Amino acid sequence: MSKQRVIVIGGGLAGLAATMKIAEQGMQVLLVSFLPVKRSHSVCAQGGINGAVNIKGEGDSPDIHFYDTVKGGDFLGHQPLCKDMCYNGPFVIHLMDRLGVTFNRTPEGNLDFRRFGGTLHHRTAFAGATTGQQLLYALDEQVRRLEVEGIVEKMEWHEYLGAILNDEGRCVGAVIHNLRSGEIVSERGDAVVLATGGPGLVYGRSTNSAVCTGTATTSAYLQGAKYGNGEFIQIHPSAIPGHDKLRLMSESARGEGGRVWVPRKPGDNRPPKQIPDNERYYFLEERYPLFGNLVPRDVGSREIYDVCINGGLGVGGENKVYLDLTHHSREHLNRRLGGILEIYEKFTGVDPRENPMEIFPAVHYSMGGIWTDYERTEEGLINHESPRNQSTSLTGLYAAGEADYQYHGANRLGANSLLSCIYTGLMMGPGVVNYVKNVDQAAEDIPSSVFEKAVQEKKERFDQIKAMKGKENPYALHHELGELMIANVLIVRENDKLEKTLDVINEYEERWNNVECVDTQVWTNPVPSYINQLYNMIQLSKIITKGAMLRNEFRGAHYKPEFDLNQPKDFKPETYLEYYEQKQNGKVNEDSFTPEHMEYMKRFEANNDKWLKSSIAQFKNGQPDITYEEVDTSLVTPRPRKYD
Amino acid sequence: MAEKTITIQIKRQDSRDSSSYWQTFEIPYKPNSNVISCLMDIRRNPVTKEGKQVPPVIWECNCLEEVCGACTMVINGRVRQSCSALIDTLAQPVRLQPMSKFPVVRDLAVDRSRMFENLKKVKAWMQVDGYHDLGPGAKVPETNQGIAYKLSECMTCGCCMEACPQFSLNNNFIGAAPISQARLFNMNPVGKFIAEQRLQPLMEAGGIGDCGNAQNCVEACPKSIPLTESIAEMSKQVSVQMFKNIFQKRS
Repeated sequence: MSKQRVIVIGGGLAGLAATMKIAEQGMQVLLVSFLPVKRSHSVCAQGGINGAVNIKGEGDSPDIHFYDTVKGGDFLGHQPLCKDMCYNGPFVIHLMDRLGVTFNRTPEGNLDFRRFGGTLHHRTAFAGATTGQQLLYALDEQVRRLEVEGIVEKMEWHEYLGAILNDEGRCVGAVIHNLRSGEIVSERGDAVVLATGGPGLVYGRSTNSAVCTGTATTSAYLQGAKYGNGEFIQIHPSAIPGHDKLRLMSESARGEGGRVWVPRKPGDNRPPKQIPDNERYYFLEERYPLFGNLVPRDVGSREIYDVCINGGLGVGGENKVYLDLTHHSREHLNRRLGGILEIYEKFTGVDPRENPMEIFPAVHYSMGGIWTDYERTEEGLINHESPRNQSTSLTGLYAAGEADYQYHGANRLGANSLLSCIYTGLMMGPGVVNYVKNVDQAAEDIPSSVFEKAVQEKKERFDQIKAMKGKENPYALHHELGELMIANVLIVRENDKLEKTLDVINEYEERWNNVECVDTQVWTNPVPSYINQLYNMIQLSKIITKGAMLRNEFRGAHYKPEFDLNQPKDFKPETYLEYYEQKQNGKVNEDSFTPEHMEYMKRFEANNDKWLKSSIAQFKNGQPDITYEEVDTSLVTPRPRKYD
Repeated sequence: MAEKTITIQIKRQDSRDSSSYWQTFEIPYKPNSNVISCLMDIRRNPVTKEGKQVPPVIWECNCLEEVCGACTMVINGRVRQSCSALIDTLAQPVRLQPMSKFPVVRDLAVDRSRMFENLKKVKAWMQVDGYHDLGPGAKVPETNQGIAYKLSECMTCGCCMEACPQFSLNNNFIGAAPISQARLFNMNPVGKFIAEQRLQPLMEAGGIGDCGNAQNCVEACPKSIPLTESIAEMSKQVSVQMFKNIFQKRS
């Protein structure tokens, strides 16, 4: 068979990890990236990476990490994958340490760990407050080394436009757009890995970087791949409001003791430091005595929303709350949080070591993404040799990192994204290589007509785009889409609004036909690409909105007040486990529960029967067709979530 | 009263070889604007102050929070990241130019591949045995971590090169950033195993000997990396290595 190779699209943590692991097995890799990989969005991750190394002797373990992860995700995560990821957490952290990441240290020289949301343990390794940047650099350096060794070839300033499928529908390469010369070419590859990150730009302003349009995963969906759990979009509780970007203020600020509060009195306009402690409402601490400021993100964002919108207690009457670190010394803050405090100071002009920060929730992460497969073992872990791992529903097309859908359920825990990106990239490596070695025909030997046809289709598409002479500025239309999504598909979701939003998005799709290609130069012209991406963002916004509209329940980040099961205040999850055990044993003694609890548990069960499923979107007749698939919850019994 | 506006002058260039020209844009004032948010506003309505419809300006950016290194440009004569250049702190008209030490691609976007190639020269990576489970890494004292962390924040943005009088389009000086990266890996308990290999390119033409000690690099670095300290430290390592090399040849 001719020489084979794998194409990896995207050079963030997942793409680089996949590249390294595949290349390590002697397989040639072509790494394609929109921009120099060192500038990928992974640099924006701040707080840290989770792994139950138990440095602090708190009795932490991968099993507890696993439990926290699936509970944090409101039990929608695929448990064997979550378990395998958490079991590999310590390994991933140690590997990154060996690769030179400058993690913070304890006095003994060990890795230091801090607390993060959704857990009671110190489980988050960190390098100051720029952990994502440091992790990305370590992988970037390894890939540069592999490039010098000749096993990796990089194509930066190139955009993935679509998978090339042979007559049997197997992916045998990719159509690639040179962002400088404007040429559209094909690259042959025996497997293609999409590690193209999340879709924050569908919301216009988010914590995401300028390249996070989700266009690559959407193109796979438009080619027939399944898209999972699209409606589950994480809203991060703390971001700095802005009109170009909502800059992230890391959860590590709270992990290091940051306190969230608002003045108790509405319209209290005194400077924050003049408001005495007893006139401050530390609402997370009061409402959640156990987890306090470190409740998971979905909970935190909802509470901030509630305090500002329903309670009218936002700072200065605006949608803002204080995040306060001023009780710590400057030296301590600089050593552990320097990077993020500098960002705050640079962009607001206010020193957060002296004054409480003003923050509000923002779109941050997509739990959903392209559907991918896996092969579990009997113990509930993953068979790392299986070519099914991370495979999309199109044979030969794989996905990893934020682009996939099955690790974080309905809500991701902070510092699990860096883990899931590196873990999926590494984990999938052996399976992808096994797949490639077993294909019956190398991509190199496939008739060139297959590739020419795919290139021709994209060339025609781009020629049409370049000829667009309508009245709409594409950037302005994108702005409208973003504001629409922020207004209607954010923290609180209501069916009438979602239905109207879907109509408006369909109007945007019409209006897209009337945009003007505002730049027609050939050399280094991002406009045609952008118009194509905008089309994909419109399609993706439909997946998100329709998925949200159809899912009539409240789970994790998907909050529909209308379908809140109204957990009784005095209810404990253990009560449900007792009930569940009785049920497994064949007989429930209903008298051993209060009628209120009994009713709630029945509601909970009925809701899970109907909705504890992945939503799967497929492109049919121009619209997302949504069906539901079972989730493997065989390892930890789904139970009501509680953090107070 | 006239509406408050922001005036921006941009040096444009259509392609690598074409000549440059200036255009002026005037956009409505918004509080807390930065250079990129203004470029985005212009992109939504790319019309010059004179009312001429023009192609949107090309620039590089990604994270918009000064950690990716993409958006470097020369703003009012000073090289810096444009995302963190707040309009309220800049004199108007705000003048935007591409960096001059790298070839222009188009408008404000330049080709910085030379910087990434130089990272290959100094082997700015760890030489590990594999990506499988080999247990924990070496212990590191907190003080070393503090220094290493600072060095590892380098974004390959190019500010230090733009500010350096020795670094030019037409020479091969390696510049401050890769020298500092060589220091980072040479201080790692395992990275130092191949320290000599990182010193070799610094001894050659275009190496550390070409530094003119102007110290502009450290002033220009947006991450306040102690670049002159790194250069001093690497000069020391290079000197010691040179003696070693002479000694080894004689014996």
